[in-house]
Amino acid sequence: MLKRMLGTFLQTLGKAPVGFIINLGYFMQFVAKSVYNCFMPPFYFKLLGKQFINIGFYSLPVVGLTTLFAGMVIAIQTYSGISEYGAESVVASVVLISVTRELAPVLSALMVAGRIGAAMAAEIGTMRVTEQIDALVTLSANPFRYLIAPRIWAAVIVMPLLVLLGDVIGIFGGYLVGVYKLDFNPANYIVNTMDFMKPVDIIMGVVKAGVFGFVIAVMGCYHGYRSKGGAQGVGEATTNAVVTSSILILILNYLITELFFAR
Amino acid sequence: MSDNKIEIKNLHKAFGKKKVLDGVDLDIKKGESLVVIGGSGTGKSVLIKCIQGLLVPDDGSIKIDGEETVETHKNIHEKMGMLFQGAALFDSLSVWENVAFVLLQNGKMSRKDAKNEAIKVLRQVGLAADVADLSPAELSGGMQKRVGLARAIITKPEIIFFDEPTTGLDPIMADVINDLIIESARGLGATTLTITHDMASARKIADRVAMLYQGKIIWIGTVEEMEKSDNPYLRQFISGSAQGPIQMNV
Repeated sequence: MLKRMLGTFLQTLGKAPVGFIINLGYFMQFVAKSVYNCFMPPFYFKLLGKQFINIGFYSLPVVGLTTLFAGMVIAIQTYSGISEYGAESVVASVVLISVTRELAPVLSALMVAGRIGAAMAAEIGTMRVTEQIDALVTLSANPFRYLIAPRIWAAVIVMPLLVLLGDVIGIFGGYLVGVYKLDFNPANYIVNTMDFMKPVDIIMGVVKAGVFGFVIAVMGCYHGYRSKGGAQGVGEATTNAVVTSSILILILNYLITELFFAR
Repeated sequence: MSDNKIEIKNLHKAFGKKKVLDGVDLDIKKGESLVVIGGSGTGKSVLIKCIQGLLVPDDGSIKIDGEETVETHKNIHEKMGMLFQGAALFDSLSVWENVAFVLLQNGKMSRKDAKNEAIKVLRQVGLAADVADLSPAELSGGMQKRVGLARAIITKPEIIFFDEPTTGLDPIMADVINDLIIESARGLGATTLTITHDMASARKIADRVAMLYQGKIIWIGTVEEMEKSDNPYLRQFISGSAQGPIQMNV
């Protein structure tokens, strides 16, 4: 009796880690296959263009608004947190550093993960449960090249561009608050911003954006590709895509920052 | 050389502890229309997916034209066409782009020629040219099946698979689809494998019928032999009776 109970207990205890390792294995296999197929012909340029528009163009409003308000908030917070002496240069530099290094890449990526990662998982998931992915295979088209490679390429290329734009808009947000609310001199604000601008900050933001773009596309495609069980399965895939990519974005953000500024 | 188009030997496939295919042996002759019948969840779809390489069997052999296909990664799909249960049309493409998908993919034909070819095949399955520019979502279930059939036959495949071709259709539309299946398969001289639990469809399109039960082919023969057979499993299935050796898990 005791032996059997112990057996059941150990089985239950072991189920979660074993399941995790199996899923990790599937995921790594999926990532390797996706990356390999990104470099293999045929390349579907029309589908790539469609993804550029989906991910890039239609994300512009959400990324613009997010970074604009992030820049504005940082300007107010910095001003309220320091003495007024030298505030002009400090606010400009803090806005610049926060926006380019952290806020533009991370907030843009989280917003795009919610918008695009979810859409990818839902679209590919629906294709999976309605047998459209099987149909692709029977029509001699490789789903990794037809569905996944264009999404990964588009996300990796477009995210850095979105973040560069987010940098400009975020800094502009800080400028608006600095000049129109805190009465800073506009010319001085711009000069201070330019003085503090370092290529490494911009590069780090762009590198982060590329990595985050990859994460968003891979997680969206992976959860969609492995979804099963009809509408409920697609719903779960969508949630999982957003949650896992958001967590990975935050973890990788720390790791990339440490990589750039580790002493 | 044997006159079998497809030879399946001792095919096994399990999902976790559930054995779906448990030693399937099945030969399909060239130009033959074989219908596999069996209840829901007996592994009919798994069988068809294993033959097409969409699922990898755990054990056993599948030969097409005498060549082993299991795990050889040969491109066997060029010889095959498939009509899916729900038609599986691509939502993002128009009707004609769905039908001409392969022609557009291999790049051997201009878009204009591919569209003309698609319209020609759409006419063969009884659809007018003005359907070509619609999206699949705008079509009824029967029309979607016809488009799926057109997509399956446009490349003139040697083997065509039909997965529950009449499911979800009214009896008249089901009969129309049955007729189209017979016409298109005969027209191409193709070997066909149909899985269904619709006995009217099976009687109409089959040269031979095989019954799948508990992962094995338990009976195979012509439609006439099926009608006369005293196999209790087969009798219960074709009479649609709840009483008999087949117990449904409800």
